[in-house]
Amino acid sequence: MDLTGDDVQDILSLLDGLPFGELHLQTARFSLTLRRTADGGWTQETQIRSEPTIAPAAATVAGEATVPGGGAVPGGGGVPEGGAVPGGGGVPGGGAVPDGLRAVRAPLPGTFYRAPMPGAPPFVDTGSSVEPDTVVAIIETMKLMNSVCAGVRGTVAEILLADAQPAEQGAALMWIREDP
Amino acid sequence: MRRVLIANRGEIAVRVVRTCRALGVETVLTVAGADRDAVPARLADAVAPIGASYLDADAVVRAALAAGADAVHPGYGFLAESPRLARACDAAGLVFIGPTAEQLGAVGDKLAARDRATAAGLPVVPGGAVGSRAEATRLADQIGWPVLVKAAGGGGGRGLRAVAEPAQLDAAIERATAEAEAAFGDPRLYLERLVTSGRHVEVQLLGDGERVICLGDRDCSVQRRYQKLLEEAPAPLLDDGLRSGIRRAAVAFGRHLGYRGLGTVEFLVDARRGDFYFLEMNARIQVEHPVTEAISGLDLVAEQIAVAEGGPLRLAQDDVRLAGHAIECRINAEDPGQGFRPSPGTVTRAVFPAGPGIRVDTHVQAGSAVPPGYDSLLAKLIVTGRDRAQALARLRGALARCEIEGVATTAALHAALAADPEFGRGGADTGYLARFLARRAGTAVRADVTDKKAAAAGARRG
Repeated sequence: MDLTGDDVQDILSLLDGLPFGELHLQTARFSLTLRRTADGGWTQETQIRSEPTIAPAAATVAGEATVPGGGAVPGGGGVPEGGAVPGGGGVPGGGAVPDGLRAVRAPLPGTFYRAPMPGAPPFVDTGSSVEPDTVVAIIETMKLMNSVCAGVRGTVAEILLADAQPAEQGAALMWIREDP
Repeated sequence: MRRVLIANRGEIAVRVVRTCRALGVETVLTVAGADRDAVPARLADAVAPIGASYLDADAVVRAALAAGADAVHPGYGFLAESPRLARACDAAGLVFIGPTAEQLGAVGDKLAARDRATAAGLPVVPGGAVGSRAEATRLADQIGWPVLVKAAGGGGGRGLRAVAEPAQLDAAIERATAEAEAAFGDPRLYLERLVTSGRHVEVQLLGDGERVICLGDRDCSVQRRYQKLLEEAPAPLLDDGLRSGIRRAAVAFGRHLGYRGLGTVEFLVDARRGDFYFLEMNARIQVEHPVTEAISGLDLVAEQIAVAEGGPLRLAQDDVRLAGHAIECRINAEDPGQGFRPSPGTVTRAVFPAGPGIRVDTHVQAGSAVPPGYDSLLAKLIVTGRDRAQALARLRGALARCEIEGVATTAALHAALAADPEFGRGGADTGYLARFLARRAGTAVRADVTDKKAAAAGARRG
């Protein structure tokens, strides 16, 4: 059984009349810390400890890697990514920038789009001339479309990611050969 | 109902689990990617991995059947208003916890919804569908600039663009189409006159397919780029006649549709002139539902489940008693200091306020991932008081005790809003937040003297 907001309220009304400033409660499923603050109010800090249970039949549903016996959940590494980043693409730093080229980097982690909308021509292609304020890509982060500008005047030398691929923050998206 | 599949993530997944648990109903939560370790997954009785996306209706139905669920709760966003999911559930013998597929179709398409609203006798903002840029320019010239470009399949404030002059129309249509396609898989647009000063007031409906009742109104005028940041119930400083007119119109629309389920009818309100216009109907539970729960004492998810099962409404209009005032703050992983730039990452510390009149709906704790692929809502702080003044006082105290680390959040912005005298007066319009932010940034704001005088007059009248 997990704690509800009402449970927390009940515990607080008990605590309010007692000379305690802090309560720490831990079970196998959760931990709760309640603290009295200087203004007389309370704070709560909860940690849900129970591990997720895979639904017995679910492992076959998505046709993805089956979990033997519906047992342990893989991962837990806490990598904040919605899915695997395909190899080679979108790694920050991404090695040295080739001579004479400037990298256009992802301002935020997100999905790289080459065109303003599906089916539309791409913002730029290899060989396109760009100005510093030319929009060369969109990075979609948290459902928001963020325009990415070239940042320099020059020519697009190489586009490093395919359309709709995930990019990490700071990942090189394309190389631009800067005009002398 | 014995077992519900929840086809969502985030705080709404936690919210639905809570009511199901109170009702003795088991929960199976669909999880995509790294969400299988998230708080909602830990709280649900079981999780069902569905691959990479929450948008695959067939995968949801397969997961529900495989898990032995007898109903699907879609939450909000994702497939919540997908007629396709509703139909697929019907075909598979699953209860879809929402309205009928026909009703979803009628209100999900903003153009169809406008027509239905007009048929039900509701006033709408002048505008219409646009198939091409030339058509858009013609219509905009006809109804008058500035205009608002909207996604026909949109909702939740996505795919909306304000356009001040003809030169900006092409670019706005391009971006709006892209957002509409990305968010809803439907690039169709329509265009409306932009009402520059108004309030966003919405009415909570509950229907069983025959009877429709009203659970009061909410004010969601504190918005940035059509994204709500803060909501309250009831809408402050609304003239009694205007309030009841808006509520009556919403119920009339619900009756016209023979609506079943929870739904919200949104209105643009010109409080000064006493006019209001139908904007859209959201055929789902909404992010801001807790403020209605706070002043009505109802569990809206429980009522939603009851009518989805085919039962009659469990309460009559006269049973709905609204008392007190509630305010909800959306604490998002965004940096208000940097133009509300999204701030994905990992939450390293999550301390929330607790106490009388305080509710926190969240899906994050220390260690939670905030992935870049989803919306930025971390937590909702809901405070309730016997009146707005007490709710505001509680809000200020509660926000001061809120500490989230690891990602940037909007918590401090809410604290500043809660301390702002203009917000304190109540009845702010949809332009308020932009003015507040400009004021806070120290930049000059074009003072609209008539606006201020009228706002002050409105405040006195209330």
